[in-house]
Amino acid sequence: MIDAIWRIESARLIAGLARQVRDVGLAEDLAQDALVAALEQWPESGVPDNPGAWLMAVAKRRAIDQLRRKQRFDRKLVELGHELEIDQQAPAPELSAALEGDIEDDLLRLVFTACHPVLSTEARVALTLRLLGGLKTEEIARAFLVAESTIAQRIVRAKRTLAEARVPFEVPQRPELAERLSSVLGVIYLVFNEGYSATAGDDWMRPALCEEALRLGRVLAGLMPHEPEVHGLVGLMEIQASRSGARVGPSGEPVLLLDQDRARWDQLLIRRGLAALERAEALTVARGEGLGPYATQAAIAACHARARTPEETDWSRIAALYAALSERAPSPVVELNRAVALAMAFGPAAGLELVDVLTAEPSLKTYHLLPSVRGDLLAKLGRYDEAREEFERAASLTRNGRERTLLLDRAAACPGGSAPSPHR
Amino acid sequence: MRFMVLIKANQDSEAGVMPSEELLTAMGKYNEELVKAGVLLAGEGLHPSAKGARVRFEGAKTTVIDGPFTETKELLAGFWLIQVKSKEEAIEWVKRIPRDPNEAEEIEIRQVFEADDFGDEFTPELREQEERLRAQTAAQHG
Repeated sequence: MIDAIWRIESARLIAGLARQVRDVGLAEDLAQDALVAALEQWPESGVPDNPGAWLMAVAKRRAIDQLRRKQRFDRKLVELGHELEIDQQAPAPELSAALEGDIEDDLLRLVFTACHPVLSTEARVALTLRLLGGLKTEEIARAFLVAESTIAQRIVRAKRTLAEARVPFEVPQRPELAERLSSVLGVIYLVFNEGYSATAGDDWMRPALCEEALRLGRVLAGLMPHEPEVHGLVGLMEIQASRSGARVGPSGEPVLLLDQDRARWDQLLIRRGLAALERAEALTVARGEGLGPYATQAAIAACHARARTPEETDWSRIAALYAALSERAPSPVVELNRAVALAMAFGPAAGLELVDVLTAEPSLKTYHLLPSVRGDLLAKLGRYDEAREEFERAASLTRNGRERTLLLDRAAACPGGSAPSPHR
Repeated sequence: MRFMVLIKANQDSEAGVMPSEELLTAMGKYNEELVKAGVLLAGEGLHPSAKGARVRFEGAKTTVIDGPFTETKELLAGFWLIQVKSKEEAIEWVKRIPRDPNEAEEIEIRQVFEADDFGDEFTPELREQEERLRAQTAAQHG
């Protein structure tokens, strides 16, 4: 039960403390001290009426104790101690009301601090889950399939880095904001992907990461309601999550998007996702900008979500969205996606034209999906000899056994010419 | 995991009597808190059972019974659907539901079934592309 209260209160507690002590690491230590005190006292005394305010009061008392013990009486600290003492004497309801006003700003500051570019991506992820998700070190370690000591070290080092770099506890201003926000969104989406990519046999903590990322995204949407990309990311995650019940077959095998039983898509999540996308679109229009990368990906996911049957999929819109995405964030992989969408919308020749351009792309040299897509389009055009060659090349590049079999089957299925070499 | 939080009907809710303004305000604030914490998926209040009906199945026969229904304690007046990490967290949120101090009531918490198995090791972006591709492959195979 104390765990549950911690989960609800910890981020606000740490955020509020961090504003006052100006050190995220120290704020977390103080919050942890308060948690320990709760674990000691609540079983006997019972849970206080306002557990959040109780934890905050205890943490502040610890802060003052620490300041005194260290005898660091430079002016700033004395002032701080004085301020804390006054706060402490305030009755609980007033105290919590005083905290309430600023707490959302504090939470936002905490988000931006945990995802600060001075930290490595790994450190940002660990710190975000720890400070904002209230996850224990052990849980983060299990979710990412690494040793607990690795995560513990990562967090300690991250806190030290923030302190040494004197990262201010603040929300960045424009023009810095856009880049900093994209770091925050990147961290959340990374957490989501880590969970989304978990396999059936994995620890339950891995899929739980999807829920955690969704929760963080929704929280952020509440804190920054006017940022279109925040809603774009939330929309993308909600729609992707809506398919989780349909993307795995009874024996754990993946089920392809177009083969999924659409009745098993979660309509509530789809509706939430579409609503988030609409908000992103409206905000973008109001700003006179084009859709950002997350909102664009959400719009692509929405095309699938809106189609009641695979045949109803609006492939030409998907192709146009990929083109827009490509323009904003050029990537050969996105271009390959666009080629597939073009082929679905306008026929294999249209897709092949773009794929042929991509064969010159060095970064796709060893990417098995390129020859795989090319082979598919060639086969559809009846150019079987070339198709067979591409399927065989794709088979030699993939590391997935199931996929290799599939590709070699397709090579063998190409009519005419000699039989493919049986190197299975 | 998801939990359904079920609010039971009482005489007032069945009579269509609205809660006090104070309680409504507190409820609004509570809902906002759920949204801001990122846990609220859906929530609705229900009209009195007088506006509802029951459909009874007996063998091949179906009978429609219009409300109101008398056994007030077994009736629902509303629900929240929340997504949280544990049953304890759900309980903690339910404890914070604003209530009328003069009323005794019971709020039920039920876990929602879901598929928690996940697919293979692709990022969603790769995955969709892969899915389309394999679907084409499958289509060609017939």
